[in-house]
Amino acid sequence: MSTAAVPATRLAPSLSDRLSTLIFSRRGLLPGLLILPPLLWFGIVYLGSLLSLLANAFFSIDEFSGAVVRDISFGNFVAIFSPTNLDVALRSTAMSLSVTAACIAIGFPIAYYMARHARGTGKALLYVAVMLPLWSSYLVRLYAWKLLLAKEGAISWVLQAVGLQWLLDGVLSLPVVGGSSLSFSPLGTFIVFVYMWLPFVILPIQAAIERIPASCLEASADLGAHPAQTFRKVIVPLAMPGIAAGSIFSFSLTLGDYIIPQVIGNSTLYIGQVVYRQQGVAGNLPFAAAFSLVPIVVIGVYLWLAKRKGAFDAL
Amino acid sequence: MRIAKTAAVLTTALAVGVPSLAQQPLKSIGKGEGQVDIVAWAGYIERGATNKDFDWVTEFEKKTSCKVTVKTAGTSDEMVALMNEGGFDLVTASGDASMRLIAGKRVQPINVALIPSYATIDPRLQKAPWHFVNGTHYGVPYQWGWNVLMYNTKVFGDKKPDSWATVFEEQTLPDGKSNKGRIQAFDGPIYIADAALYLMKKKPELGIKDPYELNETQYKAALDLLRGQRKLVGKYWHDAFVQIDDFTNEGVVASSSWQFQANILGSKKQPVATVVPVEGATGWADTTMMHSEAKHPNCAYMWLEHSLNTKLQGDLSAWFGSVPVVLAACKGNKLLGDGGCERQGLGSFEKISFWRTPTTKCASQKDQCVPYHKWASDYIAVLGGR
Repeated sequence: MSTAAVPATRLAPSLSDRLSTLIFSRRGLLPGLLILPPLLWFGIVYLGSLLSLLANAFFSIDEFSGAVVRDISFGNFVAIFSPTNLDVALRSTAMSLSVTAACIAIGFPIAYYMARHARGTGKALLYVAVMLPLWSSYLVRLYAWKLLLAKEGAISWVLQAVGLQWLLDGVLSLPVVGGSSLSFSPLGTFIVFVYMWLPFVILPIQAAIERIPASCLEASADLGAHPAQTFRKVIVPLAMPGIAAGSIFSFSLTLGDYIIPQVIGNSTLYIGQVVYRQQGVAGNLPFAAAFSLVPIVVIGVYLWLAKRKGAFDAL
Repeated sequence: MRIAKTAAVLTTALAVGVPSLAQQPLKSIGKGEGQVDIVAWAGYIERGATNKDFDWVTEFEKKTSCKVTVKTAGTSDEMVALMNEGGFDLVTASGDASMRLIAGKRVQPINVALIPSYATIDPRLQKAPWHFVNGTHYGVPYQWGWNVLMYNTKVFGDKKPDSWATVFEEQTLPDGKSNKGRIQAFDGPIYIADAALYLMKKKPELGIKDPYELNETQYKAALDLLRGQRKLVGKYWHDAFVQIDDFTNEGVVASSSWQFQANILGSKKQPVATVVPVEGATGWADTTMMHSEAKHPNCAYMWLEHSLNTKLQGDLSAWFGSVPVVLAACKGNKLLGDGGCERQGLGSFEKISFWRTPTTKCASQKDQCVPYHKWASDYIAVLGGR
């Protein structure tokens, strides 16, 4: 009996042998195992929280105690379309679009210069200058801007000193964007948003422009194209993936932010603030969940439009 | 049939029995758990970080070994939300939050026999309706005060404002310029009551009896007044410290405020003063309440007893501009001074409309009142200019 068993154990492969055979014979297994933890993270933590958000949107709250009532209703979705909430959604979208446009308008020339003209130390310094704000805290920069934009702050003081107070007053008296001071006006909110997200727009555009082969530009010039034509027909289309990537950053970051408009602005609310208030202040988690689906839908539409414009073709 | 009956009896027993089981207050105080987590208004629990004279935490921590952590909240709604989330032991809830916390079973009954100093509390507050419900104590009174009108003394000179009209109606201030863009209002929905209080005097024909009990017509009038005010307000105030900055750097000259901001601005030599206008004022009466699932009940009880300490009550009153609930604290406190309590409203208890949560049930308007959740969503609309 024992003599029969010995050769059998000798023939049986060890566990690690069997594992390596398994991995060798099933080609997809090892990558699958390696990708499993991040997939679980994505599936459970990321999609799971999104789904629980969606589920919460169907609940409602008890009017007196503020406790969540777990009965399915569509009341929250109807409430999104009330004029007040539509105002908030439109205001936020308009702000996101204008911040994105301004970020591209300011960021593109800087990115172009960084990619095509700056050399050596100059280029390194430009990189540092663009990234430097990201090294300090977002809140510190925000409160610094509050001091700069205040009625008795640095900007207003400089304008007064050079005799341009009338210009500031004129801008602040404009309807919609104006207010009693820069830090109390939507214009101030806009300025701070543009400042905050500019690095996120410059860097992808710069990377995209850097990838345009110089030969393309030379060919365009050789074929008699005017510089403006080259810009329109060669540079912009080839830089489009970078512009699209940058604009998605600035658009989505603006749409979701709730701290900047709380500190700078005229107390009109943006999507992030309404979500924060309904959840954190009024304790209405179900409505906050429903309302936070609005930016998801808006971003979805934005990505779809960007795709239709061919922004992702070069990716 | 019989089974159904038994089940029904059982369900009733469960429905009645379980909450009453959960609601048993502590019978005796054990050893401290080493920590107590408190949700409080900014400036309510000081450990000498802002000004070293004002410190009523360090001594408590030394004596009891309970480390105090504080989460500050800006509005009553934020406090209710934080308590709903859980993870805290105590909350300094105003009357507009306390009833919601009790109704939502977020706070537990307090055994006042374990708090020897309870007997020293102002008798008007020992069984106040915002924490004493159905013969049960749900908290320990902490401080109370009123929402004053703070103004810039340089702008107003010797013509100090005497009406809330200063912040509700467009008008020329004594310095010759309009109040537009130079006034502020509180950005919590409870501020609708301030508008109602002003209308009580201004438009008696509306028949407002109580600023927290508004029928549809009265409520609409208050909202209209606030919509008009929106055009005058550059930015609403939310955070006491941001308002202090706004009075310093933004040219804000008048606003509803707390004595707290005025005290800090005064200490920075800013030209501000406060006044209670002829219409009266809204006010708050705060109660320290204990979370129904408090993780550190022993330390919490020790804090409740400590919160009635005369030195703490007097110092806090001097710091926050509020009135102590322990009357003995009004005398002999160095920081407060002997006239402090009187100056901060001690004699006007009856004239203040204390914050409470508006509900549909109201005696003065035949149970036809607009409930708080409407206040909350409509105030968002007012801020948005609608």
